[in-house]
Order: sequence, then structure tokens, then C-alpha cells
Amino acid sequence: MKAPPFAYLRPAELSQALDLINIYGTDARLLAGGQSLLSALNMRLAAPSVLIDINGLTELTGITLQQDRLVIGALTRHAEIERSPLIAQHVPLLALAMPHVAHPAVRNRGTIGGSLAFADPAAELPACCVALDAVMIISGRSGERRVRARDFFHGLYETALQPGEILVAVEFAIARPGERCAFRELARRQGDYAMVGAVALSIVDGGVLHDVHLAFFGVGDRPVLAAYAAAQLEEGIATAERIAAAQQALVRDFSAQGDVYCSGAMRMHLARVLLGRVIHDLTRTDAGGVQA
Amino acid sequence: MSTPQPATTLEITLTVNGERVARRVPVRQNLADFLRDTLGLTGTHVGCEHGVCGACTVRVDGAIVRACLMLAVQADGATVVTIEGAADDGAYGNVIADLRREFHQRNALQCGFCTPAMLLTAAELVVRHPQATRDEIRAHLSGNYCRCTGYQSIVDAVAAVCRASTNS
Repeated sequence: MKAPPFAYLRPAELSQALDLINIYGTDARLLAGGQSLLSALNMRLAAPSVLIDINGLTELTGITLQQDRLVIGALTRHAEIERSPLIAQHVPLLALAMPHVAHPAVRNRGTIGGSLAFADPAAELPACCVALDAVMIISGRSGERRVRARDFFHGLYETALQPGEILVAVEFAIARPGERCAFRELARRQGDYAMVGAVALSIVDGGVLHDVHLAFFGVGDRPVLAAYAAAQLEEGIATAERIAAAQQALVRDFSAQGDVYCSGAMRMHLARVLLGRVIHDLTRTDAGGVQA
Repeated sequence: MSTPQPATTLEITLTVNGERVARRVPVRQNLADFLRDTLGLTGTHVGCEHGVCGACTVRVDGAIVRACLMLAVQADGATVVTIEGAADDGAYGNVIADLRREFHQRNALQCGFCTPAMLLTAAELVVRHPQATRDEIRAHLSGNYCRCTGYQSIVDAVAAVCRASTNS
């Protein structure tokens, strides 16, 4: 189908965009990469009366290293993140995740800010941000505020963004020495949203895991940090027994929801399988886990 | 700076297949419909209209995109290449010609609906990563649906062009 009628605005700078979103309120939607929004419009799942196209806001693009933080502008396209040497070196988890985000033509256009603000619970990037303890930088007319990714995702397509606010950047702590990461997802087809996905992050020192973070996506209404499972692996070698204990503990972190593709029980089973695989990735020396 | 006013039509100027084009377009018109209905470039196909099938793939400023997930007004100032102009597009042009030949030789199309987008998508891989393995070729083409061939011959054709371009 075709998009329903709307009026179109193209602000040239952030302050204009903030003015416009405050003038038009909830009748307006921000158009970033458009890879979810324009699809929703074409399917008539959304019918905003005004689209505010923020693609001209060059101040929201780019990847910059600021001491021990890496800041990614909200309008930075997935393809740029996928190919960025700064990302590969300092936040390698994002480089691992990117090939799983939709398809090349979509990654050429889609933006990190759009993906995070859209907050699809089966999307890859929100879970990465939760595992990495990223910080969302949000602008409003009264100024800027910072929200941890772990407090940002409130539910299905729901975030901490308030009316009149724009997500302008995401900030990541750069990888520490010895830090490794792993990313796995199960999808029916390459590029689809995941049925289940798992992200792992840990310092690995002589096979011993320290500071383990696990996040899962596609299991509920938002990305989930699996703290109980991670605790089973903390300060030890990832033996089969400890991995099994972490897999058992997963049920304390979330109860997986069923849908038309798989039941909750199957999804929990797959989450446990992926947990085993990402921990294996972290501790092996070849592919999968990326040495920071 | 004054606050912009909402518009329902806009004047756009862009380059399509090497030619400068200026038109007034409805803001809700997507790039695929603009190319097909306004410019008559019907090699860009419209399948699902929500970014899943890949049939509307075109190149905008050097990168493949879904023309159904981009508004025509967003292509203002851009350089657009469709299948009609792809064979004349510099280094990509030779790759398109090679892909076309290999697709033809292997019957890598039947109805041909997906073919223009398959060629444009595959060309990006051949240019960027000619050492691609079969798995990488499949991953790269995963956003382009073909309902006739079963993909095997398409992957064969792309692999042949990749091989030839790394040997030459």
C-alpha cells in the first residue's frame, strides 16, 4: 500500500527540530532512517499528520572518541557503524551485531538512534546497549538529559523518551583490556528479527570470567539483562557445570513469551542454548569472541 | 532561522542515471513510485512496499537502498542510479554487465521480477568484497526475494563474477 497523507517538514538544525516537535506534539513523528517508520506508514499501521525529517541534522551524525567514551550520533547509519575502525577497536560488540541487523540495503539507510527509539524488543542494538551499559543522550527544549540504556526501554515500542524530546546520541565506555564479547541470534532467515538473541560481555583472564554481562532479546517486551545467569559465571572458569547452572538460572531472569513462531518453552530452551554458545565464544581464542 | 512550514508537495532536483531531473512531487510519494510513475523508469520493481522483498532496490549516492522506504523528497540533491542506468555507471557498470552475462548463462532468473534489484545488490558485494564466500553471498542477497529460481543459480552467477574479478 501507499503511505497515508501527511505534511512534511525538514528542519536544518536540532533547535528547529525541537521547536517543531513541540509545536506538532504527538501528531508528528520524527523521520530518521525511515526503515521501520516508512514501512509502518506504507502498511497503514501508523498515520501521523506530520513527518519531521531530521536527516539534515548533520550535528547528529558521526562516531567520535572522547577519552574513554565512544559517542555515536543518533543519525549514524548502521553501515557506517558496521565498517568503522573506531567501533571495531573500541566497541567490538556493535561490529559483531551489525551483520545481523536486517539487510545491506536497510543498513545503508537505517540509523542507530532510529533503531533504539523504535525499541523493537527483538532488535539487536537495544540488547547490545543494555549489555554495554550505554547511555542515551536525549535533547529537549529545556536541555539535555542522560538515561542509562538499562532504564531506557520500558516495553513494546516504549522508551523513556518524553513528548518533545529527541534521542541525539549514544555513549559507550570503550572496551577494557582483556574484555571479550559475543553475539548470537536465531532467526528463521538471515536478516529477520530474531526469535531469540543473546549478547555476552566479560573480562576473560586466563579462562576466568570477571564482570560478566548477559543480555537477551526477542524473549519479551524489551531487552533483558540476565543478572542471575551472569552471577553463576562470575569469578570462575566457564566449566560445563557453571554454564549449566547459568542456563538453569535464566528462568529467574525472565519468562520467555510465546508467539506464532515458537512457544515460550521453546524460546526459553533456545535462550539457554544460545547462552551456552556465547559463553563458549567468549572463552575460545579463535572466532566469535573478539579480543578487545 | 525561521521555522519551516509543513508542505504536502515539494520541488526536488536530483540526478537520475546521469541526467539532471527537477520535479514537484507529493511529499508522501516514495522514491520507487517517483522513478516508475513520474520518470517512467519501470525497471525498479515494486513488490511488498514495506522493505521486505528487495525488488525496489536502487543506488542512492553510491549505496543500495530500498526505494519503497525512502520518500522522493528525501532524494532531493541525491544521485540515483536505477537498473536502466547501472551498466553506464563507472566501475559498477562493468560489474553489472558481467553479472547480467552470468545470470543469463545460468538461468539465474525465470520471471525476472527480482532481477534488476538482484543485479544492483550483487554488484555492491562484488565491488566491496569480491573475495566473498558462498555464505557471504547468501547473506548479502538475503534481503532480495526470488520466487522462481531457488537461489542456487543466482549464488552461482554472483560467485562466478566474484571469482573472475579477484583473478583479473
